[in-house]
Amino acid sequence: MAATKPPVIRISRVTKSYGQGDSAVHALRGPSAPGTGEPLGVSLDIEEGDYVAVMGSSGSGKSTLMNILGCLDVPTSGRYLLDGTDVGHLDEGRLSLVRNRKIGFVFQSFNLVPRTTALAQVELPLAYAGVRSAERRRRALAALELVGLADRAGHKPNELSGGQQQRVAVARALVTAPAMLLADEPTGNLDSRSTAEVLAIIDRLNASGRTVVVITHEDEVALHAKRVLRLVDGAIVDDVRRAPVDGPPPALAAEVPV
Amino acid sequence: MILWQMIRFAVGGLVANKVRSALTMLGVLIGVASVILLLAVGNGSSEAVKASITSLGTNALTVSSNAGRGSATAAKALTVADAKALATDADAKSIKWVAPVVTTTGTALYGNISYQPGSIVGTYPAYFETANQKVRDGDYFSNDDVLNSRKVAVIGSTTAKQLFDTEEPVGKRITIGGTPFTVVGVLTAKGSTGFNDPDDVVIAPLPTVQNAFTGFGSVNQIMVQAASAEATTEAQSDITRILMGTHAITDATKADFRISSQTSLLTARESTTKTFTVLLGAVAAISLLVGGIGITNIMLVTVTERTREIGIRKALGAPRGVILGQFLTESTLLSVTGAGLGVAAGLIGSHFTIVGIEPVVIPESVLGAFGIAVAIGLFFGSYPASRAASLRPIEALRHE
Repeated sequence: MAATKPPVIRISRVTKSYGQGDSAVHALRGPSAPGTGEPLGVSLDIEEGDYVAVMGSSGSGKSTLMNILGCLDVPTSGRYLLDGTDVGHLDEGRLSLVRNRKIGFVFQSFNLVPRTTALAQVELPLAYAGVRSAERRRRALAALELVGLADRAGHKPNELSGGQQQRVAVARALVTAPAMLLADEPTGNLDSRSTAEVLAIIDRLNASGRTVVVITHEDEVALHAKRVLRLVDGAIVDDVRRAPVDGPPPALAAEVPV
Repeated sequence: MILWQMIRFAVGGLVANKVRSALTMLGVLIGVASVILLLAVGNGSSEAVKASITSLGTNALTVSSNAGRGSATAAKALTVADAKALATDADAKSIKWVAPVVTTTGTALYGNISYQPGSIVGTYPAYFETANQKVRDGDYFSNDDVLNSRKVAVIGSTTAKQLFDTEEPVGKRITIGGTPFTVVGVLTAKGSTGFNDPDDVVIAPLPTVQNAFTGFGSVNQIMVQAASAEATTEAQSDITRILMGTHAITDATKADFRISSQTSLLTARESTTKTFTVLLGAVAAISLLVGGIGITNIMLVTVTERTREIGIRKALGAPRGVILGQFLTESTLLSVTGAGLGVAAGLIGSHFTIVGIEPVVIPESVLGAFGIAVAIGLFFGSYPASRAASLRPIEALRHE
């Protein structure tokens, strides 16, 4: 099994709280210590090639977890190893480097840069990484090809449908070949057909070995994942493995049995 | 190249809000153009003064009385006798010509045209050379005219234009204060210095003017021409010596007359125009500053408006420096374009005459105004840009 490889993500005893003292709100707390009731923090390992769905109702702390996993926010306590690097205490400059190299984001509200063509959107993370123009173009076109939007490369966000915009966002997320694709409610704003399209793309990416973490509250999305975590009140209450890490994601496995 | 990318993002950002960008640029444009133009106007007027220094002749001295200026001791007025003493003194080699001058005002009539010349001057023919006045048409009046108190006059070109328009003035009769004068000559125009018009005069023999207007008492001034420009200092001391004699003064500090050279008068005037230039420049600099504040204002609005975009860029791994660079480039682009257009506007504007002054562009002011505008863009853009760069991505992304 993948036990020989270190996990892509290892968080141990991570907490996140807002405010101080008695009025502190623990967005992430993990289980309470027996006796004292002190939060012990959330611990979680995600292996390379896994497809994890994090589920929970609003207020369960899943967005906080996503922000910490995505290095958009720093935990109050605990350690976070991403691809072997301790990112818990990096400064803003190094964090931006980590976000650029190791993480590909897909947001619920697409978050494309306005007035910018699909091609330029996808080139953007490469531009920040300092990749040369010709190489950038080649890789960006390849990423767009992968999400089936090569013919829409010159279109701006306002000329694309929601589903197409989300596919551009997926292409942008994977163009840097990140260690992890982090999707926050990627289908939250999409109709059922676009949802199916985007999920199929994510399935294919995972089948080709990319680690995927999806934050969602839809069971339909969770059905695509190999492992489903359920968060309640800032703690993981349920951890179900639906398919092996090495195999294809369940949705693809159903279609093409191995 | 990352720099090229930043410029492209910045241009994109500016084009997205065309009207706003144009208005912000207009602020800088007006600032830069006014600095260039107003300094050019100031410079133009001092150039004009410099030109008139040479046209007035540098070796002319003017002696005027302190009488009636409230001095402690009763000052004696200057008289024709003083002038005669100056002209006839054997030791005063430095004095070439002497001309006593009386000045008055009056209304000149020709036919049914009535006009008030700037001044009516009664003097000797030596005045023409001393004051560097040359006739264009006709002739000067002569010493003979002075001795016989003939009613003849030489008029300035402005006066000629006002009274005669296109007619030929020489030989015509004009009436000033009831006395008829025959015009014998018209002076060559000297051109205005912007403050008064040296061409708006009527010059007549001294006794004629005294007889008709001022009476045979004192004279207003005595014009002295030194033998050469170098001899003016010597001439000044000669004049002081002779007049102290005629006025019976022993202490030079109690002299009841003043000697000024045209040069010193004009130097004083030039320093006035310098002050004027500095004031104009200061006003213009303030408008440039206001333009700079306009940039800060607009950039702050832009940063707030694009907080979400900044968040996206940060999530994609944009380093702080790139965000800072993008917004700084945007503000600098605003100021550079504004300043460029301002330079063009200033240079075009300086081709027109403004309140009677030909503006003369100072090349340093063009470079200076452009440079300062660009610096202002960088300086006033740095606060909004650093605000954008230090936004936390998580908060920027949540911004609606």
